[in-house]
Amino acid sequence: MSVTVTSRGSCLTAALSGDIDHHGARTMMRELEEIISEELPRRLELDLSDVSFMDSSGIALLLMARRQMEHAGGTLRAVHIPAQARRVLDAAGVGRLVPLE
Amino acid sequence: MQHIVLDEAEVSFPSRSANEGFARAAAACFAARLDPTLEELADIRTAVSEAVTNAVVHAYPDKIGKITMRLRLLEDDVLEIVVRDQGVGIPDIKKAREPLFTTGNEERSGMGFTIMESFMDTLQVRSTVGRGTTVTMRRRLARRTSQ
Repeated sequence: MSVTVTSRGSCLTAALSGDIDHHGARTMMRELEEIISEELPRRLELDLSDVSFMDSSGIALLLMARRQMEHAGGTLRAVHIPAQARRVLDAAGVGRLVPLE
Repeated sequence: MQHIVLDEAEVSFPSRSANEGFARAAAACFAARLDPTLEELADIRTAVSEAVTNAVVHAYPDKIGKITMRLRLLEDDVLEIVVRDQGVGIPDIKKAREPLFTTGNEERSGMGFTIMESFMDTLQVRSTVGRGTTVTMRRRLARRTSQ
């Protein structure tokens, strides 16, 4: 489970990988929080293509990132969402708060 | 309602967060005999993850306690998963089941029961304060054409 960051202009992409469950999300959240407060990107893209599993801990992670990005005056979106994670996000209606692509 | 039990397995583990992944894998392994679709398997793993995480986070807030997961194969391709703890219990189950309700910190979304409800056919929560909580979930798996 890890977070890999690449930056292109004012857009930052954070690629999350591994299981985003309660066990893994804590570290990932902390890493993301640090990345956002250090880089202050205008746009943050969470690339979920390498996420092997996600439960409602992932929802909390996305909402935390959204709150922090809003606070910093930036935007957040999630891209390359695997089917399992997509079902979790859809069941919770997260798409109304964070653009899912 | 009484069901004929065709097979069953039970695992117990301490309420350490590392066991959330173990519980998902054990449930998926047991369910595999029903030849589930990838989507059904993913739904089962997700629901188990939510139930076990609830026990890890809420049942034993200040200590490591015991969590038991019983898996049963019932007639008509119904998978039953029971996650039980002997923790603090839930004072108001109706409230706990409401979307976005959580007594946890911002690491929790309050969507656990909502996800379990969406991904399983039935969800029953029984709890006694000071005695523990039992979550029973059932899901009927679609019979594959090859069977």
